[in-house]
Amino acid sequence: MSDLEVFRQEVSEWLEENCPPSMRTPLVPEEEVWGGRNAQYVNPESKLWLERMGEKGWTAPSLPTEYGGGGLDRDQTKVLHQELYKIKARPALNSFGIWMLAPCIIEFGNEEQKREHLPKIIKGEIRWCQGYSEPGSGSDLASLSTKAEDMGDHYLVNGQKVWTSYADKADWIFALVRTGPQEPKHSGISFLLIDMASEGVSTKPITLISGKSPFCETFFDDVKAPKENLVGVENSGWTIAKKLLQHERNFISNFGLAGGGTGSGADVVSIAKKYLGEDNGKIAHPSHRDNITLHKMKEHAFGLTLQRSGDEGGKASAASSMFKYYGTEHNKDRYELMISSMGNKGLGWSEQGFSDDEQAITKAWLRTKANSIEGGTSEVQLNVISRRVLDLPS
Amino acid sequence: MKLILSEEQQFLKDTAQSFARDKTPTNHFRKLRDDGNAKCWDDSIWQEMVQLGWSGILVPEEFGGSDFGIAGISVIMQELGKTLTPSPLLATSVLGVSTIKLLGSDEQKKNYLPKIVSGEATTALAVDEGNHHSPFDIEATATLEDDKWILNGQKVFIIDGASADFILIVARTSGKKGESNGLSVFIADKNSTGLEVSQISTADCRNYANLVMSNLTLNAEALLGEVDIAGEIIEQVLDLGRIAMASEMLGNTEEAFEITVSYLKERKQFGVLIGSFQALQHRAAKMFCEIELTKSAVLAAMHAADENSNELERLSSLAKFQAGETLHLVSNEAIQMHGGIGVTDEYDIGFYLKRARVAEQIFGTSEYHQARYADISGF
Ligand SMILES: Cc1cc2nc3c(=O)[nH]c(=O)nc-3n(C[C@H](O)[C@H](O)[C@H](O)COP(=O)(O)OP(=O)(O)OC[C@H]3O[C@@H](n4cnc5c(N)ncnc54)[C@H](O)[C@@H]3O)c2cc1C
Repeated sequence: MSDLEVFRQEVSEWLEENCPPSMRTPLVPEEEVWGGRNAQYVNPESKLWLERMGEKGWTAPSLPTEYGGGGLDRDQTKVLHQELYKIKARPALNSFGIWMLAPCIIEFGNEEQKREHLPKIIKGEIRWCQGYSEPGSGSDLASLSTKAEDMGDHYLVNGQKVWTSYADKADWIFALVRTGPQEPKHSGISFLLIDMASEGVSTKPITLISGKSPFCETFFDDVKAPKENLVGVENSGWTIAKKLLQHERNFISNFGLAGGGTGSGADVVSIAKKYLGEDNGKIAHPSHRDNITLHKMKEHAFGLTLQRSGDEGGKASAASSMFKYYGTEHNKDRYELMISSMGNKGLGWSEQGFSDDEQAITKAWLRTKANSIEGGTSEVQLNVISRRVLDLPS
Repeated sequence: MKLILSEEQQFLKDTAQSFARDKTPTNHFRKLRDDGNAKCWDDSIWQEMVQLGWSGILVPEEFGGSDFGIAGISVIMQELGKTLTPSPLLATSVLGVSTIKLLGSDEQKKNYLPKIVSGEATTALAVDEGNHHSPFDIEATATLEDDKWILNGQKVFIIDGASADFILIVARTSGKKGESNGLSVFIADKNSTGLEVSQISTADCRNYANLVMSNLTLNAEALLGEVDIAGEIIEQVLDLGRIAMASEMLGNTEEAFEITVSYLKERKQFGVLIGSFQALQHRAAKMFCEIELTKSAVLAAMHAADENSNELERLSSLAKFQAGETLHLVSNEAIQMHGGIGVTDEYDIGFYLKRARVAEQIFGTSEYHQARYADISGF
């Protein structure tokens, strides 16, 4: 047996013993785990599951063990994911800290920052949010104006962020701030970590078209952020910011695959068969069937492309823009196909007349509209591909 | 299955790339066309390919080949596709070899495979009878009379049919049109009496023929393998052909795209390079994404073929579909982004469009493969 097969067996045995039964059932949105100081566990087994996975470092399997990660190589990580998938395990932890911040702290942070922040991220003790966008700076992120003045041992932060997902629930924020007001716009930005419990930080939720309110306006009024929380060098935060966006985009790309991301978990083929009927086992309506087949074929080819990128060594590069663009547009397409297959059952808003699953699909459909906006719009991704990959002139 | 090329496959691809760039740039095809070369390939170039071992890539070692797999021949086709290099590789070294290898008796393999490897003989596979690819809609018949096979019927759009030394003919020995049961394959010398081969002239200026069989009389040994059971094997051979074709189409696409992106960086209008216009940039970026998807689908399909995966049918349909859709898109956009020069015969880009549409038809269009994929997947 190869080392990898031995590892697979160990993983499988460990999961058998440690993954609580209810964590192998389909996820209910209220039981999603994000961790943090104020985390509430509707289902106590989800807390147990997080603790066990966090202890192993398997919430962040590829991060080094010295900072609490799993220390697994690429192949082992893949095996772990396969085994988790096999038992239909729920994610132990959803975390911007793991998806976006941790890889940047590994790359750009100093030793103290790694020791301070990584273990808490991996165990889900501290929940992070992302303070990039501002009212005047969306796609043109580098024009941001939240300012951080050097006060000797700390920065004094003033300004406003917007669309900060889960700012009202997060413990810390990684923020882009302007430290060099005189510098050209890309060269005056720093990457600063700020405790949301600091005096002067406040948040105000914004309601989305899906009826949910996962994100906020975030205000900074004379907030003191200790200097030790600057990641990398002052005024060179843009490099870190861009790298982090690549991690974010890679993550969002997975939405392109059925069952990935913020979906309702529903499969478009079964939905179509259920609501359009079957004809000899086929989706009964030929043009719906054609549209769905096209969609599934694109998804298959997209999935193979994600796999190929991994097999080639998976460098996070301009390719992340392609994955972000394609994956999110694809996910939007999936939900359009889903609600159109459901007919008038695909437009339910609350329980009068609609099952929970039906409402969830309507809400998910609305939520997917943000996929091609958050993390950089589709148009911005196409710009990046044009300029960075195809080297077209600006 | 890892979606990368092995070192040997990469080496083969590099060799083919240099070959195409040095010996058969697009001008090579232009000259064949201008000269009205009926075969549409250059014999000395084919012999060079034979010397490199390309004719025998799918042939088992015991018959003189290298048994290097579909991935091997596909990467060569991809590189040749970039410069639109015509060759007998598809009809002879993929279709001919695979049919004989999978269906023929030892005696038949011994008889034909070495001749293919050495470049002495080329073959063609005659399946379709109608306007659209439909491999089981076969009405051509073969009946056994006094130890002889008598074939009647017609075949169309046979790749390399105009020059092939041997034609592999799929005919019905039992059952009805549409059934995969009851099909058999016969191998006929091009000069057989009762076999009328007529070359057809297509937009891509390659070698295709229709054929009519009027009491074409063949010896008992002309039957490849056993009677009535060739249906499944033909489908398998066609899948290999689809993958090789998809790979060539990927090469066509990559080059047409490359030519177009270069043009965007050199043509100026309104005082700026046209590549700075966002309307063109975004269309180029979308093509880039589709090309990346095509690469993955083709790679997965050729590995599936070499690993005898049970996903072969689905992946071959996915590859041919995705390659067809992408080539369709890119061949149209390539012309449009060149403006007027794009529709002149003097400029190469039009060759890619004309090749594209024919290639899309070969062994099933995107529509065909979309329907097949849906059926296989149970949608
Ligand atoms: C659900 C959701 C969650 C989010 N979470 C966060 C978060 O946690 N933290 C955070 O910092 N931000 C977050 N964002 C903000 C997100 O990053 C921005 O919305 C995004 O970058 C776009 O900025 P904007 O909304 O200001 O749109 P604009 O930049 O104003 O764009 C408007 C339109 O113009 C187009 N456009 C703009 N520039 C160009 C150009 N150069 N070429 C072509 N078209 C262009 C855009 O593509 C878009 O279609 C979130 C957004 C959403 C929807």
